[in-house]
Amino acid sequence: MSNQSILILSILIPLIGGIGISLLHRAPNLREACTLISSIVLAFVVYSLLPRILSGETVNITFREILPGLALEFNVEPLGMLFACIASGLWIINSLYSIGYMRGNQEKNQTRFYIYFTIAISSSMGIAFAGNMFTLFIFYEILTLSTYPLVAHKQNPEAKSGARIYLGLLIGTSVGFQLVAIIWTYLVTGTLDFTPAGILKGKIDPTVLPILLALYMFGIGKAALMPFHRWLPSAMVAPTPVSALLHAVAVVKAGVFTVLKVVIYIFGIEFLSETGASTWLIWAASFTLLAASIVAITKDNLKARLAYSTISQLSYIVLGAALASSIGILGGGLHIATHAIGKITLFMCAGAIYVATHKTEISDMTGLGRKMPFTYAAFTIGSLSIIGLPPFAGTWSKWYLALAAADTQTWLVIGVYMLSSLLNVWYLLSIVAKGFFAPPSEKSDPSTGTIKEAPLLCVLPPCLTAVGCIALFFFADRVVELLRPIVN
Amino acid sequence: MVDALISHYNYWLIIILMMLGLYVVVSRGNLVKKIVGLNIFQTSVFLLYISLGKVSGGTAPILTGKPEAFSNPLPHVLILTAIVVGIATTALGLALVVRIRESYGTIEEDDILISERSQDASDINGSSA
Amino acid sequence: MNFIMPHLPVLQVAIPLIAAPICVLFTFGGHRKLAWLFTLAVSWVCFLIAGALLSRVLLDTDISYAIGNWPPPFGIEYRVDPINAFVLLIISGISAIALPFARLSVEKEIETDRHILFYTSYLLCLTGLLGVTITGDAFNIFVFLEISSLSTYVLIATGVRQDRRALTAAYNYLILGTIGATFFVIGIGLLYMVTGTLNIADLAERLQPLSDNRVVHAGFAFIVIGMGLKLALFPMHVWLPNAYTYAPSLVTVFLAATSTKVSVYVLLRFLFTVFGPSYGFVNLTLEFVLLPLAIVAMFAGSITAIFQTNAKRLFAYSSVAQLGYMMLGVALSNIPGLMATILHIFNHALMKGALFMALGCVMYRLGTISLGSMKGLGRSMPWTMAALILGGLSLIGVPGTVGFISKWHLILGTLEAGFWPIAILIVASSLLAVIYIWKIVEVAYLENEINQEKTLNEAPISMLAPLWVLVILNFYFGIDADLTTWVARNVAETFLGGGS
Repeated sequence: MSNQSILILSILIPLIGGIGISLLHRAPNLREACTLISSIVLAFVVYSLLPRILSGETVNITFREILPGLALEFNVEPLGMLFACIASGLWIINSLYSIGYMRGNQEKNQTRFYIYFTIAISSSMGIAFAGNMFTLFIFYEILTLSTYPLVAHKQNPEAKSGARIYLGLLIGTSVGFQLVAIIWTYLVTGTLDFTPAGILKGKIDPTVLPILLALYMFGIGKAALMPFHRWLPSAMVAPTPVSALLHAVAVVKAGVFTVLKVVIYIFGIEFLSETGASTWLIWAASFTLLAASIVAITKDNLKARLAYSTISQLSYIVLGAALASSIGILGGGLHIATHAIGKITLFMCAGAIYVATHKTEISDMTGLGRKMPFTYAAFTIGSLSIIGLPPFAGTWSKWYLALAAADTQTWLVIGVYMLSSLLNVWYLLSIVAKGFFAPPSEKSDPSTGTIKEAPLLCVLPPCLTAVGCIALFFFADRVVELLRPIVN
Repeated sequence: MVDALISHYNYWLIIILMMLGLYVVVSRGNLVKKIVGLNIFQTSVFLLYISLGKVSGGTAPILTGKPEAFSNPLPHVLILTAIVVGIATTALGLALVVRIRESYGTIEEDDILISERSQDASDINGSSA
Repeated sequence: MNFIMPHLPVLQVAIPLIAAPICVLFTFGGHRKLAWLFTLAVSWVCFLIAGALLSRVLLDTDISYAIGNWPPPFGIEYRVDPINAFVLLIISGISAIALPFARLSVEKEIETDRHILFYTSYLLCLTGLLGVTITGDAFNIFVFLEISSLSTYVLIATGVRQDRRALTAAYNYLILGTIGATFFVIGIGLLYMVTGTLNIADLAERLQPLSDNRVVHAGFAFIVIGMGLKLALFPMHVWLPNAYTYAPSLVTVFLAATSTKVSVYVLLRFLFTVFGPSYGFVNLTLEFVLLPLAIVAMFAGSITAIFQTNAKRLFAYSSVAQLGYMMLGVALSNIPGLMATILHIFNHALMKGALFMALGCVMYRLGTISLGSMKGLGRSMPWTMAALILGGLSLIGVPGTVGFISKWHLILGTLEAGFWPIAILIVASSLLAVIYIWKIVEVAYLENEINQEKTLNEAPISMLAPLWVLVILNFYFGIDADLTTWVARNVAETFLGGGS
């Protein structure tokens, strides 16, 4: 297959899967098989592109121009390749998990759920492979719209209001700030193509550069930079597979991925570090990083705590971009991968606990570790990876990010990293500790005695990703190798 | 000054008629009276056109071979069309008033508004047909 | 063919005009279906003629057609240039797509013995709109305007079978519409007074040395106000919501997509061809009257739309807001701004046509279009509701839809004019559109159906097909905007080039 057709296929396969799912809505087993098959095929297709990109090939497709200088254009570069690999690889595991979770919970409207899931994955692929900011923006909006029904899935007032905040903030920021920034960029430069050294250099007055950067950074609401982070906790009303894949991997990573893309290919790292336009962003991201960690400690709802943890971790990546150094970009890119695999583990464990016990509050989860050893083991590994202890994947990305801070001599940022890692230990390991060491609460319902592990399809996937956390520790150099062409 | 006022007396008449007609349309609640007002308003425009075609001392533009001043016939012809339009409007308006009277039992704007409000309210409660 | 080609401009208007009385003849024997077929055929012929005219003007030069062989400026001239050929195509195209949809909708919503007269009025309305657009004579505009208006009042009043409020809506529109048209004719009279001509091209020439003349100023004011009333420029929009809400579905589709656009066209014609932005008073009006009113319209329309409980009225208020966008583009009076207006004339016709057609399908099955009765409709009428949502996305201006194309140019226009706060206002008002579209999404998809026992079916295919044609066009011209932007640029450059 030619590279072009692989690229097109990777966007179309999920959609074709979606059509298959809608046709098979009367036969749940076949329908789930369809989801699974399309995820496997997608991963196969995407991974077959990987060696070619590693060997330095480039893939470019340009469809017709919509407006002068604005074409629907796809272009594979290392960062997008990484994002596509993560999203498509984890989709397989998540599909297994969805089947276990949705059936275990007897959710309604499952067909709708699977269909919109495929659209979301397809648009994630579009984001990953977008060749210019305009194409990226289109898929960014499709991703927002297609995840809305997933967030509102339960259709109760709580889900509806959560989904409203979700949609309102994401559309609001993207149209209100990002689109304005895009049009501004277009007006100044006449192009929106992703170009290795950036397109703004020499075209714009450096004094307004921070403003343009702010429009982009706050406009990319999916990166959850405070104060536009509220949508992420609101989205937690969604079924857990959605939170797991979309709000730990696809959607939020699409956000920080866009941030990296904008910083690298629109502004250009050198231009940013010369002008110092991103200095404010270092502090904004640091603030988000710490504040979200502190809020996470106060949350008793497990998914809400994980959501705030995500907000905090996303700021690591934004911070990596804001440092405007090549090591920071590498660290940010690597963190997309390590955090994705760590956080999806945690979310899937949270879902497994919910399926098995219907508990959502951390304070009720005492002593569950002994009843559900596999789930809790996976949870522990995921937590340790996110905290950044060896031998888990998260170590390396934090290592690189700290290196970047040292490199640019922003010593305070190293302090922020340290402090936040300590906070991570606090809010994540306290859950583990409660599960393993605290005695089961006496006042809890009599059913506690009968609690056992969730169905196999709910427990197996987090165990797999937990193994992935360890594996990625040893193979992190491969990811760095993939990303290195960006900064050279 | 006074001369200027008097020599343009046709315009003053037209403006007075125009404002009178508009006032009647706006202020009357009776649907038929509104149409009467509309007619007065339109008529003032007809007069505007007709008077601007008049050349003082001019006659009807019939070619008699003698050198004569003619009034401009074009505005008059235009206004023939406008009169037809006006009649059609009036007829249609009156026909609508008849139908309104049949369905609402009144041609007073205020009463119609009251009964429409209650209909609106019942729509919102979702019990509409 | 060679015999017909030079006469296309007059045939464009004459065919529907002659067809109208012929249509009445179907009353003998009550051939309702034949009357519909006849109207359909006439619409398609008009559409083909408009297409031929547009291609000729774009590839060749402007066409000037002297009615009865009286040369302009003495006789009435039909003048076809890219802008009005484009508008002609929109009008006849919407009519051609809407009529297949019409049969069942009309069957359901209008009393059986009125069908043939209904189609007659429809043909007259079509005649009027086409005539206003094609003619190059100022007084002729008034005559055709009244032909279309009078038949529109009748068409709206035929909604009485569904709701008696259609009568008062038609009556109020009649009063305001007549005042608007009369204002317009006063303006024409005043211009005639000082120039002695009614031909638009001739007027433009003779007005050049008269830019300080008070009578010209007064005439200009009357024309702007008169057209403002007809195109529902805020705050002269009060007739519009009721008229759209209570008219039969077909009429709403047709009017929303075409009639206000024609008035926008006439206003453009007077602002830029007859007067031109180089006149100080035109510039002042644009900047200090139209610009603020347009912005207020964008917000007032959208905010009012959010609070509506009747879906048709909701979209009617949204039309007020969308007309605000068009007027904003006019007020900017630079190339991207005017392009945005012209693009939006076309794009808005596509989206509102689709939206009101979808509501027509709902009306056909449900007999009502209040939001409360649309609960859970996404499940029983999936195709209709999907079309409604896609049309809504286009209205919001999501990339990939036509709405995005016009908004993009509008924002470019404001930035070029240096009004960047207005760019932010445009964006903010698009977000208001998200709110009212999402109200419908929530009702249709996230509520349970009210009456579970009565199963609703999807609308019949003859209604769905035209609806989806429009929806697909919404996306087609959102992705391949070459043709439309080319025409719009062409027109905008003519307008601004001629004026300055």
